[in-house]
This record gives sequence, structure tokens and C-alpha cells, in this order.
Amino acid sequence: MRVETMKLISKRELIPSLYELVCEGDLVSEIVMSGQFVDIKVPRADLVLRRPISICSVDKEKKQMTLIIRASGNGTQSICETKVGDSLDVLGPCGKGFPIDFLKKGQHVLLIGGGIGIPPLFELAKQLSLNGLKLTFVFGFQSKNQIFYQNEFEALGDVFISTDDGSHGIKGSVETILNSDHFNEEADAIYACGPKGLNRMVNHRYSKHPHAYISLEERMACGIGACAACVCDKDDRSGTNLKVCEDGPVFKCGEVIV
Amino acid sequence: MNRLAVKLPGLDLKNPIIPASGCFGFGEAFSELYDLSILGAIMVKATTLDARSGNPTPRVAETPSGMLNAIGLQNPGLEEVLKTKLPFLSQYDVPVIANVAGFSEEEYVEVCRRISKAPNVKAIELNISCPNVKHGGITFGTDADTAYRLTKACKEVSSVPLYVKLSPNVTDIVEIARAVEKGGADGITMINTLIGMRLDLKTHKPILANTTGGLSGPAILPVALRMIYQVSHAVSIPIIGMGGISCVDDVLEMIMAGASAVAIGTANFTDPMICKKLIEQLPNRMDELKISSISHLIEETRKEAHG
Repeated sequence: MRVETMKLISKRELIPSLYELVCEGDLVSEIVMSGQFVDIKVPRADLVLRRPISICSVDKEKKQMTLIIRASGNGTQSICETKVGDSLDVLGPCGKGFPIDFLKKGQHVLLIGGGIGIPPLFELAKQLSLNGLKLTFVFGFQSKNQIFYQNEFEALGDVFISTDDGSHGIKGSVETILNSDHFNEEADAIYACGPKGLNRMVNHRYSKHPHAYISLEERMACGIGACAACVCDKDDRSGTNLKVCEDGPVFKCGEVIV
Repeated sequence: MNRLAVKLPGLDLKNPIIPASGCFGFGEAFSELYDLSILGAIMVKATTLDARSGNPTPRVAETPSGMLNAIGLQNPGLEEVLKTKLPFLSQYDVPVIANVAGFSEEEYVEVCRRISKAPNVKAIELNISCPNVKHGGITFGTDADTAYRLTKACKEVSSVPLYVKLSPNVTDIVEIARAVEKGGADGITMINTLIGMRLDLKTHKPILANTTGGLSGPAILPVALRMIYQVSHAVSIPIIGMGGISCVDDVLEMIMAGASAVAIGTANFTDPMICKKLIEQLPNRMDELKISSISHLIEETRKEAHG
């Protein structure tokens, strides 16, 4: 973990207000798991909290990482306005990512994502694909014009899409797809990241699965386990909690209450 | 001679920069980023007798030039702090200031008695100002008589100097400062956070699950400066100042207001390297302002305040 001034190598708007940023720096060499995140300083003096952003993909040879950021508030808007060639103040890599060591070649993996929760699943999928695993993606979006990275994921496995308004794929949520008769839900590992509702559904649905994992989001301050802002309660009646930034953001389904 | 050094009751500080309680945990994460031995001291997370899991989330919200927090004194409890947290910090050449919180006078006294015996704890910061728990914390710090009694009781059992952390959420902070001085406090730390709130425009409800939280960050710097100035003119014990410091000029300004050392809180979140940077930048800025040493600046300010 380090704080580094990283150079913004490229930027493109994938869909309105959703940006793909490629950053370069030595910090990339420290990324050990997909699902880890970085904490970016907002280039505005009046916004004091960094913004936790999941790592979408990593190119260790080029020392580059790709982030996908939705410019949804003042902070993320300001980060996305950074010009190519300028720098970003980045803390990371933070947190613990998706465990994959137990998987064997040829096994089936289910990856479930919703909206801005999808990016961290991309580096995971790239690694799983390199390891010879069979991948099925179930993604939910609000509508057709919110879909991104479809081609990138289709190159790695079968992609099933739901939209809230039915403008593309199945009308409904990812749960609609998982519940449909012909869908093969059997998987040796399940990974998910999405809005709270999706995470809650997956956390409950696969709480008995030996290898099901969700990546959570919570309001953070420090991003490194010092302030105890981003906690989630353990689901073991112990009355104790875990820190999303340090113990997570990836948790085993059934481990915590979403 | 080290021109940054400051001598305070129980504390030989290499420099006046101290990470503030609650913003630094017990130092573990920051130890990965820089050598903690460079710090003047470390104010560790508030410790209560038993482990506490804190408030429901969301626990933080951003505000203009600041933030609100309502962590709720989450900490692993006295036993664990004595067993693992303080021993971890003993590998660094840095005095620890143990922040003690409680929900009854008995609890404060018990934690003070035991934590003050830990070898690297050189001072106690009595937290009578946490705004985010019901029944404890701030209720001891908003009434002068209560603050006096608690300070006296804790002072009697503590084997290291006792600093009392004051709340700005009072009508007259000078009255509380005088009360804790009379109770035997060796020093004062101030200010804790100001109670505030924010609402979510979509849900029409408070953002923080606790409804209210403590405001910190650059937004509160002028309030901290004003209160430190007032208190430094009214008491003779030293003050460790805190509240909104984010750059080296803020450090010097707070010392000019009457602080003898400063604690850095929210700025650690904005820039985890801030304490290291401030320590490195102080000498140059002091040269520019023709300040020979921090202790000289403190002395000069004290003369001004007390004649």
C-alpha cells in the first residue's frame, strides 16, 4: 500500500457520465487480487474525503490500471474531469479481493453484477479465463443505454443481461434470470458485486454455497482500517463487525449482514 | 538543538505533530505508509473498559470543507488494547497518549488506572467530549462540576499526566477548562468535534444513522482557534490544539493561538501522509516567518496571554 501521484494515460466516456480511466504508476505492481480498490483524492480542496474506486483491470507490464467511475456526485465528477496527462493522487491498493486459488481448470464460475458494481468483476473474469474456467455472467442494468463492457465480457464467457425497463435482455433483475427454468445456476464458485439489493439477494441466496463471494460498498473515511466508519455486522450473533475497507470489500456469502 | 521539540507534562515531543484520536486507529495501517517514530506522539483510538461495536452505518458524511462522523466509540476494549494494540506501538520510538472514554465515573477511573501503567503510555487524554454516544462521553464534558469531579477521580488513579479533551458544544468552554484545571488536569486537549447533521434529499432523512455526528475538518479551524485562544488566556496548564488543521500554516497559527502542540485528525483521511509532510515542511516555513523554534513561539505566546 502506498500513496502515489499516478498519471492519467487515457480517458473515455463509455456511456453518459460513466468514465473509463487508465492510470499509470508503481502502485499497480502491489495489486495482488482482483476486487481490491484504490482511494482517490478529489482534486478539490473543499472535499476532504477520498473516493474509493474498484480496480477494473490491471496491466502489470505497463504499470497501468483501468478504473470505471460514475460521475454521480461532486467528488467523482471532479475526478472524472482530470485531463489526460495530468495526475491523480491515489492511495492503494486497499482491501482484500476475490479468492480464486481453490478453483481448477474446467470448473464453472458464475459472476453476478449490477450497474457500477460490474467493473471489479472484469479483472476477476480475465484471470479466471486465463486459468481455463468456464464463465457465466449475469448482469443487471437500468436500461439498454446503461450497458457497458458487453463485448469485453462476451469475449470471456456467456453473458445474460436483465434491464429494469426491459429495453434489453430480460425485463426484471438479475434474480429474474437466476430464477428462470433453463438457467444453469450450478457453479463451483459465485462472485457478485452490485447495489445493496443485489448484494443482499446474493448474500442470502448463496449463504450455504462453499465458495460464494460478494463485494460490498459502504461510506468510508480513511479507506485503510483506521477510522471504523465502513463497518458491516458479522452474521454470527457475536455483536461484532468487520471493516469493509480492510477486512473486505469482498466477503464470503453469509459472513456478514448486508 | 531540535527547534521542533516541545516539552509537556509527561511528553518529550520531537515535534508538535500528533495524529488525533479516532483518525489513526492504533497506527497499524499508517505504519505501512511511513515510520511512526517520526511523530511527536500518537493519540490512539478511544478505549473503553469493554469492547464496543459502535453505531449503525452510515457513520460518516461529507460536508463543505469537512465531514461528520458518528462512529460511536468502536474499540476492542481495554484488555485487547493492553494485550495487542499498545505492544504493537512499542516497537516505535514514539510516546502514546491513550484516549480514555467511558459511560460512568467508575469506568473512566478503571481504564485510566490500568492503561496508565502500560509502558509506552506517557499521558492520558480523558475523552469527556464524544458527541456520538448516549449517556457517556459528552455528558461528562458539558457541566463544569461533573467535569471537575471526573478529572479529580481520574487524576488520583493515573500514573501518567492527565490531559482532558474538551467539547466545543458548550456555552462557555472557559468555565469547563477552569474546572478541569482545578480538578488537577495536567493539560487540556481541544477541540473535539462540533455536533452537526446532514439530510439526504431523496429520502428526506438524516444521512447518518445516528441522526447527528461530529463535524471536523478545515471548516472548524476558526472555531478551534477562537476557543484555544480563550482558554489559553484563562488557564495556566498547556493545551494540545486540534480542529481542522490541514497545512503547516494552520499548525503555526494554532500554536500562536495558544496551543503547545497540535493534533491532526481529518487531514489524515484526505492525505494519509499529512503528518509526515507537516513535520518535513515546518522548518522551512519557520525560516520564512523568522520563528527560531517552536518552544520559543510557545513561550512568546504564553507571555502575551499571561503578561
